[in-house]
Amino acid sequence: MKILVLIGNVPDTTTKIKFNADKTAFDAAGVQWIINPWDELALTRAMELKEAPGSKVESVTVANVGRQETEATLRKALAIGADKAIRVDADARDAFYVASQLAKVCQGFDLIFAGVEASDYNGAAVGGMLAELLGMQSVSAVSGLQAEEGFVRITREIEGGSQTLTAATPLMAIVQKGIAKEPRIPAMRGIMMARSKPLEVLSPVDTETRVSFASFDLPPAKAACKKFSEEQAKELIHALRDEAKVL
Amino acid sequence: MSVLIYIDNTDGKFKKAGFEAVSYGVALAAQAGSEAVAVSLGNVAEAELLKLGNYGVSKVLSSTDERFASMDNQAAAKALAFAAAKVGAEIVVLAHNNLGKAIAPRLAVKLQAGLVSNATGLPLNLSPFTVNKNVFTGKAIGHAVVHTAVKVLTLSYNSYGVVEKPVSVNIEAFDAGLGDADFGLKVEQTQKVTGKILLSEAEIVVAGGRGMKGPENWGGIEELAEILGAGTACSRPVSDEGWRSHGEHVGQTGKIIAPNLYFALGISGAIQHLGGVSGSKVIVAVNKDPDAPIFEAADYGIVGDVMKVLPQFIEAAKELKA
Ligand SMILES: Cc1cc2nc3c(=O)[nH]c(=O)nc-3n(C[C@H](O)[C@H](O)[C@H](O)COP(=O)(O)OP(=O)(O)OC[C@H]3O[C@@H](n4cnc5c(N)ncnc54)[C@H](O)[C@@H]3O)c2cc1C
Ligand SMILES: Nc1ncnc2c1ncn2[C@@H]1O[C@H](COP(=O)(O)O)[C@@H](O)[C@H]1O
Repeated sequence: MKILVLIGNVPDTTTKIKFNADKTAFDAAGVQWIINPWDELALTRAMELKEAPGSKVESVTVANVGRQETEATLRKALAIGADKAIRVDADARDAFYVASQLAKVCQGFDLIFAGVEASDYNGAAVGGMLAELLGMQSVSAVSGLQAEEGFVRITREIEGGSQTLTAATPLMAIVQKGIAKEPRIPAMRGIMMARSKPLEVLSPVDTETRVSFASFDLPPAKAACKKFSEEQAKELIHALRDEAKVL
Repeated sequence: MSVLIYIDNTDGKFKKAGFEAVSYGVALAAQAGSEAVAVSLGNVAEAELLKLGNYGVSKVLSSTDERFASMDNQAAAKALAFAAAKVGAEIVVLAHNNLGKAIAPRLAVKLQAGLVSNATGLPLNLSPFTVNKNVFTGKAIGHAVVHTAVKVLTLSYNSYGVVEKPVSVNIEAFDAGLGDADFGLKVEQTQKVTGKILLSEAEIVVAGGRGMKGPENWGGIEELAEILGAGTACSRPVSDEGWRSHGEHVGQTGKIIAPNLYFALGISGAIQHLGGVSGSKVIVAVNKDPDAPIFEAADYGIVGDVMKVLPQFIEAAKELKA
């Protein structure tokens, strides 16, 4: 079984979001980049599957559509344990563009992991679009996955509960919290080994842009918090009813 | 030309997020000068389908094929693409819930449509088609422009609201012509949380953080939630510690919620936590630290001991509901 894990390169979750002067683009100055949190969990699960006793997993490949700056993130994925990395050398213009690039280069995998959404533009789209382009079954909100012979057993979240099901491979698993307990952190040995692992750089294919951002705004500033003392807790509840009208 | 709205069901019943999508789709059709059509997949009784008329949609396509119960994204996308072609849809609207966000990207590829997920309101402009969406997990708003003729939108929960506008409904059966090969998922088991208000549907949410000290102190949170008809939630460390179930974890890596009222009790208000709750209309914070960042996001707050404040909240809520 060959596994592919899609890797989004996103600003660290503590980043204070800023835009350029005309608010048309994200201001990346001083930003720390990380593996998108769900992709990090997906990669962790892929490594667990590969290392399991009697595992049928031959290899774990990671892929990203991005410019050279994203290579540090891909190297981190290699340090966590992936065998090989692929980078399509292009700006990630929109979800369809990214999925189209990946569809061209990501052939022959039995199991593909994507995250539910990237924490930058919250597109929640690349995994599903790629599965459609590849004509592959997809399961979303995946919080658990076991690999069996020729099929996988999956736990997914549904409205108001969860469900276990089976699906044949090849399959796209779009994962969320629960797929692995804690993201794996690269060890020193892994970091050393990552330097000599293959990182293939491919040229993009021509694809239209379907969605773009005209501009961005920060949410309107909140009015100052109305403070009550410890003894006035009841008054606060009354204010929720009489003033905020939410009770 | 029309606006097609997908309304998903759980065991044959529609939920609030779906009614909100219908309300939004109806307003969108009015704005675009076209007709709103709802589409339902799966075994839904006529009485339930007729409810959609309360939200202003007079035409409903229904495929009562039982096989849709397996919530197969590939099959659902195929059926919706069929429905979209049938009614000449220029815009398709889905709720941004587990099912809607799973189907929308596949459907967008089939329709050669641009997709905007997590849309937060009606279009600012129809040409070029521009709509607001959440980006950076609630930390900013993007003005997304769709360049394709057909558009697919998923609507962020509680961003538009449910709008009642009763009309009479015409139900039309349709068959998307799917074969058994289109349904590849085999469901083995379904676990449902019973008797609790679903976090994704709750209009009021009471949440606790590490400041609650331990699971033994959650009785008060449960009681307040019960009185107010609220859902319960928690911060990530609380679910990591096993004090509460993972389904209650809200924030950047947990559930993203947008209730009308959110109580943050003993929660510091880390940026990753706020990412999941900042869409709430009103936030109440109780924290003993006056500099806790939660107070910057809160509308109402008490600097004090949650153990002293919570019993008073419960008393006041009881009086209010009596
Ligand atoms: C990649 C990443 C993703 C993350 N995703 C999430 C996420 O989705 N959701 C999430 O919640 N966190 C997330 N976190 C963790 C986040 O950074 C914080 O660590 C977490 O939110 C803190 O939880 P807390 O507020 O319950 O605990 P603490 O930060 O320990 O805060 C406890 C608060 O309780 C107050 N307190 C203590 N005793 C009392 C008392 N008696 N009365 C009143 N107040 C009291 C304290 O003053 C303090 O402010 C994420 C972190 C990372 C790195
Ligand atoms: N530029 C990218 N390169 C590779 N994978 C990506 C990229 N952008 C998004 N993904 C994958 O798609 C998932 C959903 O991202 P999005 O649709 O952008 O919210 C992410 O969790 C990644 O797994």
